[in-house]
Amino acid sequence: MENPVDSAQSPRNDLHFFRNVLVKALILFFIINIVFAAWYPMPGLGRLSAYNRIFPGRLRLPYSDDPQQAYSLSLFNPEAMFASHIISAGSKTPGEYRVILVGDSSIWGFLLPNDNTLAAYLNKSNLSLPDGRRVVVYNLGYPVMSLTKDLFILSYAVRYQPDLIIWPFTLESFPNDKQLFPPLLQNNPGKVRELIENYHLNLNPEATELAQPSFWERTIVGSRRTLADLVRLQLYGVLWSATGIDQAIPPTYKSRAEDLSFDDSFHNLLPPVLHASDLTFDILSAGVSLAGNIPILFINEPMFISQGKNSQIRYNFYYPRWAYDNYRRLISEQSTLHGWRYLDLWDLVPPTEFTNTAVHMTPKGTQILADRISQAILNLATK
Amino acid sequence: MTLTQILAFSFLALLTGWFVPRRWRLVVLLVGSLLSIYWLQPSTPIRNLDFWLPTVSITLTIFVWAVTQTRKSRSWRPTFFTILLILGCIILIGLTRYAGALCCLTSTRPPEILQILLALGLGFGLALVPHFLPKNRFIPALAIILILGLFVILKTGPLAQSSSAWLRFLMGQPVNLATTVDLPWLGFSFLAFRLLHALRDHQAGKLPAYSLGEFVTYGVFFPTYPGGPIDRSQRFIGELNHTISPSDNQQDHRHKAENLLQGSQRILIGAFKKFVLADSLALIALNGQNAAQTSSTLWAWVLLYAYALRIYLDFSGYTDVAIGLGRLMDFRLPENFDKPYIKPNLTTFWNSWHITLAQWFRAYFFNPFTRALRSTPRKLPAWLIILIGQFSTMVLIGLWHGVTWNFFMWGAWHGLGLFAHNRWTDWMRPRQNRLESHPFFNRSLRFGSWFLTFNYVSLGWVWFALPNLAVAETMFRKLAGI
Repeated sequence: MENPVDSAQSPRNDLHFFRNVLVKALILFFIINIVFAAWYPMPGLGRLSAYNRIFPGRLRLPYSDDPQQAYSLSLFNPEAMFASHIISAGSKTPGEYRVILVGDSSIWGFLLPNDNTLAAYLNKSNLSLPDGRRVVVYNLGYPVMSLTKDLFILSYAVRYQPDLIIWPFTLESFPNDKQLFPPLLQNNPGKVRELIENYHLNLNPEATELAQPSFWERTIVGSRRTLADLVRLQLYGVLWSATGIDQAIPPTYKSRAEDLSFDDSFHNLLPPVLHASDLTFDILSAGVSLAGNIPILFINEPMFISQGKNSQIRYNFYYPRWAYDNYRRLISEQSTLHGWRYLDLWDLVPPTEFTNTAVHMTPKGTQILADRISQAILNLATK
Repeated sequence: MTLTQILAFSFLALLTGWFVPRRWRLVVLLVGSLLSIYWLQPSTPIRNLDFWLPTVSITLTIFVWAVTQTRKSRSWRPTFFTILLILGCIILIGLTRYAGALCCLTSTRPPEILQILLALGLGFGLALVPHFLPKNRFIPALAIILILGLFVILKTGPLAQSSSAWLRFLMGQPVNLATTVDLPWLGFSFLAFRLLHALRDHQAGKLPAYSLGEFVTYGVFFPTYPGGPIDRSQRFIGELNHTISPSDNQQDHRHKAENLLQGSQRILIGAFKKFVLADSLALIALNGQNAAQTSSTLWAWVLLYAYALRIYLDFSGYTDVAIGLGRLMDFRLPENFDKPYIKPNLTTFWNSWHITLAQWFRAYFFNPFTRALRSTPRKLPAWLIILIGQFSTMVLIGLWHGVTWNFFMWGAWHGLGLFAHNRWTDWMRPRQNRLESHPFFNRSLRFGSWFLTFNYVSLGWVWFALPNLAVAETMFRKLAGI
């Protein structure tokens, strides 16, 4: 008769045990992946954040191509991005007049430390309203030029009860071909499609850029990079807390182009006239609808005006003169037509106060802009 | 090792452990290890060096075998067969240069086959020189000097840079681009320890007779080649002989099943420690960049603890993978870590942190050195012998990581810590009984010992992690809040 002890330790039993572990692990792995893909809890996972709990919230939305230097990274989960931002820290107090800034890299503060951004300068102005409320400005800029991207950010930002929305932009954010290229939008096709449909935007909801992730891409295996990004964002909270750094600012950089090419083209548009239909003004209208009762101040942001070679044809690297002049005329007409609050600050900042592109400003340039916007905030808030 | 490499090695180990007949295992292990060290070697900016560095590792191993083995211990036929096998492997790797899509096992294309043949002829010829010379006690000493010399060159920045410049000159590459990190000779540190151990044991008459196949497998065994453990040849080859010797069929099946379970579990744990925990902690662990940028004392400590955990999880994770791979092939490799961060004092910490390295230094430096100090004509006090012995041993361990002031300071930090613990233990010994009668004090002392040890070790990592003394000093100031 077989000894039960020997039998229990037989290689056959060991192998059976191993086989059972493997089979059960595979089945569990399979089920968990299916459930994950069907449920796809990414937004919920994004809201689980160590920021504003263990770590102080970030002063701008996370963005970086060089995470190891910047202690920040570009990720495409808007819930996680907002959860890591200081705007998610607690609720608005009665004494706060909340202003949110959306916009491109010049608003986000490319090449600027956190205390030299537009939002930082506005906060340093210590603006107070006659009713005693203190103006607190939140930087919700994100470094890509696309009005749809701004609208996308705004659709999340309105949850945070702003009293005023400031939306600076530049012509480069307006062309149709710029709208759906930001990876942030392409990785959130459902939300973008919703915006297109709800606000009847003149964009194709079936565009290839807005392809829905496949079932496979929604599994844990398929979403492993997205999940890893969520974890990395939390981990970088340690270094954000320790250093206050969220951008790798090189000690030197190539200056914005002074001498320009002999070229009057602008995207696929031809001189001499730009039409309202060439630009996505409908997205600004959508922003106004989305904001509801919250006032929006549109700002044509300052840009570098070149005096160099071919500057009679172009203002700068981005814009031929004909296109930009037409754009300024059109945005002014549209503002009057729709009753938008609009400030044209295109030439507010001297050319010396631009850094590596025609829209990125130095701290001094940003301060000049902030001083001008401060007056506008007070005017709007006290109206 | 990357995850892909671990997966491939697990497959190779599994095949070896389960399907390769025991009498063929040595050949499979030898060939597998030879091919692996070429695959594992990272690319270098110097042309073809990723091929030559593993080739030199193999040649050095053969040379040390020829130095340490007496002629009568060698049976010529298996030796000849092994040499052919090794040559065949290296030439095969070289031939992948011409294999189009199959190229290459090495990071970059191997050199021309003619160059390889010439170099192998020269290298193997050199390695066989001791065979034709009468027994000479200077040759092992010369071999030791050669290995230590290579070691010092690789670990000393300016020397490594000069060597890189010289190699660049030989290869017709720009000499001015030479840097200190051009010579990433994977596994050399660990190989050097194995070879030095064989040479020292040979000098002491303690090295048994090994076949060339056994010895080369010991030197370049693929699980342990990149990161240890540093096994002793006597133990390793004992295991090897156990693995290749015939066994009872029923027993054999049981072992295979056990090995499969234990080995794969260990590999999974190791991979998790390394690729999930350590690599995540690496994002926030102390380094030269964030040490300078950190502005608060609290977060400075967090970065330091993250580094302490990261280095442990990284290294012990690799060790787990190595031990697991060995286990899949019925090899028991020595443990390298034994919960070091929960040890109550520095002495037990060093008995549980990189155990095989500490044992190596104890056997081949500390013990002979302190014996020599004890036998000096002018009798030194015991405490001074301990101080000199521990300090110099730890400084050498520090310098093994690189000849820099920071590694020197790290070694000195631990040497002084070990000495302080030694004195404390002596002072406490007569008071121990009294203390044990007070359970509260006893418990407090135990907790305090652990706390002090962990933080002392963690603070030591400041020297280890940072690039120079100035940054380390700044970091210490931040940690102290000044």
